[in-house]
Parts: sequence; C-alpha cells; structure tokens
Amino acid sequence: MSEGIIQSDQPQDIEGEGKDLFSKFDDIIALREGLLSSGQEDPFNLVMEKVLSPTRAICNGRDTILLGTYNYMGMTFDPDVVEAGRQALSDFGAGTTGSRVLNGTYQGHKEVEQALMDFYAMDHAMVFSTGYQANLGIISTIAGKGDYIVLDIDSHASIWDGCALGNAEVVPFKHNDIEAMEKRLKRIPEGAGKLVVLEGVYSMLGDIAPLKEMVSVAKKYGAMVLVDEAHSMGFIGENGRGVVEQAGVIDDVDFIIGTFSKSVGTVGGFCVSNHPKFEIMRLVCRPYVFTASLPPSVVATACTSIRKLMQGSNKRAHLWENSKMLHKGLKELGFQLGTEEPQSAIIAVIMPDLEKGAAMWEALIKGGLYVNLARPPATPANMTLLRCSLCAEHSEEEVGEILSIFETAGKDVGII
Amino acid sequence: MDRSDVDTKIRELAEPFNKKGVTITEDTTFANDLEFDSLTVMDFVAEIEDEFDIIISMNQQAEIENYGQLVDAVTKLQAD
Repeated sequence: MSEGIIQSDQPQDIEGEGKDLFSKFDDIIALREGLLSSGQEDPFNLVMEKVLSPTRAICNGRDTILLGTYNYMGMTFDPDVVEAGRQALSDFGAGTTGSRVLNGTYQGHKEVEQALMDFYAMDHAMVFSTGYQANLGIISTIAGKGDYIVLDIDSHASIWDGCALGNAEVVPFKHNDIEAMEKRLKRIPEGAGKLVVLEGVYSMLGDIAPLKEMVSVAKKYGAMVLVDEAHSMGFIGENGRGVVEQAGVIDDVDFIIGTFSKSVGTVGGFCVSNHPKFEIMRLVCRPYVFTASLPPSVVATACTSIRKLMQGSNKRAHLWENSKMLHKGLKELGFQLGTEEPQSAIIAVIMPDLEKGAAMWEALIKGGLYVNLARPPATPANMTLLRCSLCAEHSEEEVGEILSIFETAGKDVGII
Repeated sequence: MDRSDVDTKIRELAEPFNKKGVTITEDTTFANDLEFDSLTVMDFVAEIEDEFDIIISMNQQAEIENYGQLVDAVTKLQAD
C-alpha cells in the first residue's frame, strides 16, 4: 500500500470556508507553491520516461538508480512473470469488466488465490483489486457497530480509512507501545467484539512491531488480530510470510493483509485467514463486491511471482545484505537514521527540516538517485524523511554508488 | 467523582500541553485556542484515559471540540 507523502495517514476533517469548495485546500496550495517557487524540482511530480530494470530508470531525463520503489524482490522484469502476463493477456483479454461475485472471477483469480494459500499455508485467500481495498474492506466489514478496533497510531491510511468506513469504536494507542495497547484492551466493556490491527513493518521508519508480545496480549483479552504484512512479504520470516512468521505468532493471527504491489511486483491486495467462516466475506465485503476484478494479466503475473517467491531464499539473503550495507554506510557517513539497526528493506534518513530535506532530495535526483521524500503530516513526530527502499536486484556496486551519491549530496547541502 | 473534581483533575493534566499558557474556560477549543495537533491530542487523551481508567474512542473525540464538552464526557464516562 502506497504512501500519501504530503497528507497524514489518519484522515483529517477540513472545514468548508464558503462557496468555493476548493478554498479549504488553499493552505496546501500555498505550501506547495512556496516550495516550488525557489526553483526546487518537484519531488511529487517525477516522471519515469523509461524503466530499464527493477533498479534503473530514466527519470526526468536522467539515468537514475531507483531507491524509492517497493520492488523489494525485483520481480517486475522477471522473465517468467512477464511471460505469464503476456500469455494471459492473449488468452483472456485486457480486463474482466466485472465484479468478482458476478462475471469477474476467471481461472487466474482462483489460481492466484491458491498460490496465496500455498504461500502462507492458510485455508482461505481473498484477492482484492488493490491492497488499499483489502484493508478498507476487511476492517470495515468485520468490525461493526458496538465492536472496538484497537490500532497503532502510526497505521497506514488504508487502515484508518477502513475504520472510517465502518461503524466500530476506534481506539488508537502509541506506536509499538505494548503497555498502552494492553491498557486499552483492558478497558473495553465486557462482551464487546475486539479487533487489534497491527503492521509487521511500519513503512515510514522501516521499523518492525513487537508482534510476539502484542499478539499474545491481544489474545489474552480475546481480541481477533489483523496484521498488515505489506512491507515484509517475500523476505521476512523463514518462508517470507512476514514479521508474524519471524516472531513465531503466525498461527495466532486471524487475518494477514498483503499486497501484490511490493515484493510481488504488480498490483492487487489480499487477505489470508484460517477463520472457518471466512468465505462469507466475498458476499458481504463492499470494497470486494462493488468494484471490477483485477485484469487476467495481472493475476497471472502475481500468481507466477508468488510461486517464485516461495523459492526466493538466495534473493532474500542478498536483500538483507543490501539493507545492512546501506544502513551501515549511511550511519558511518553521519546521517541520522530511523532505526538503530536495519529491521526491514526500508532505511529512513531523517532530515533536519523540510527545506533541507527537499534540497537533499533534489541533490540526490540530480546525482542520479531516486528516493522518497516524506514530510509532515504523513510522517511520525512531524519528521522530514528521505525513505530508501532496497531491492534484491541492487548489486553490491550499486549500493556503493548509492552511498557515494549520498555523501556528495549530503556535503553539498550541508547535512553531514 | 463529580464534575468539579473531574474539571480540577483535567486542568492539571492539560497544563503541560498548554504551551502558550492560554487561560482555559469551558469554551476553550482544543484545535483553535490551544492549537493541539493530532499527536498532542493522542498524548493528552492517553493521560486522561489512564487517570480515569476510561476509553475515549476517536468517535467520541470527534464530538468534543471544547474544554467543557471534554469535562462533560469524562464525567459521564467515569461514572458508567
């Protein structure tokens, strides 16, 4: 699931200010114009004219190393994956033109769901058109009026929007704070339904959740647990099933939400579960029912990619080497990082302020390196971040090159 | 605890968050007068929840704009 970058994940109420319904956006328009009037290259309007590989593209006319995609396992150009898509496009056409519950379930949709059940070793898998819709749909549908959703305050927008779409009582707790979570669970009135929503990897800082403790606390209070593993699929845990697997709690988790738009390398979202009544979701979950299903080529590429990720242990090991090398290198150069140790394939570099962050982003892009600029209010504690996400296809030499671009840019901008 | 006790306690808890030393009345709003951002709101609400051993869900928070409404809501919640 992707990032809003310049808006917060938690939806904000913006009050109307009169006749022009757009006047409520004046502040953000002014902020953007202020940033760009200095001649700054627009960090939120980058165009990739050509994509050369999972790690290289021509961006705004320059040959650029990509360090701000979620292509963790580099599957986008895998020859088997591309061929599967090409074949499905020829055999089944460009799109399904219908809902999964009507005319939109093809053989390929069943096959990708089977691939997910095999990947996670779970009884049920349900594929949505995007990861955003998977969270939106499952959360809003299973937690109803009178139920309680207890969630981390740094949750992704799709989780917040799932809460907003439903009718449950929403109770946030401080990021990764086990005690704060327990206190809230303890206070929920007896007999009320409870859903705890957590993420394996939090995508802004790239830190992971203490799932072993959190899942056990949630179970102690009789809550169902949903974990979003969007940023861990394919490379965290022995079989790449995510932080839930690494923490040894996958069997205690009721729902895992994931996406095809990161390690899998295409687009789509899913939920896997062992709940015996799970299949009813297909009829009652509105973001699943009231939208067209994924195109045949997309489910075919996803299916092939997921099956290849099951054999991806070498790539997984290389991705971890990359993450460790970049983390260590940036730390040695004197940059301030989001985590003390590398915990995922995301390394967040903390910038002193938005101006320096934007200047640094521009220096990097001109030096041939693309990273994500993330700024308040999208970020925790109002930080400005340069988020780097690594790919298993980055070579050791490329990571070295990345570090030298960072060094030059950091000195030019005066951050290190 | 009656309303005035709740009021006294919440005033105490609000003090460290009231960085500009705004005089708090029943009509003081959190967003405009006290300029609380979403992180401050979370920390402030957590302090109140812990003090009174209650939950103020986001749904309930959405109905609370000013100080008086907060004291009313907490008085009612802790009595339940």
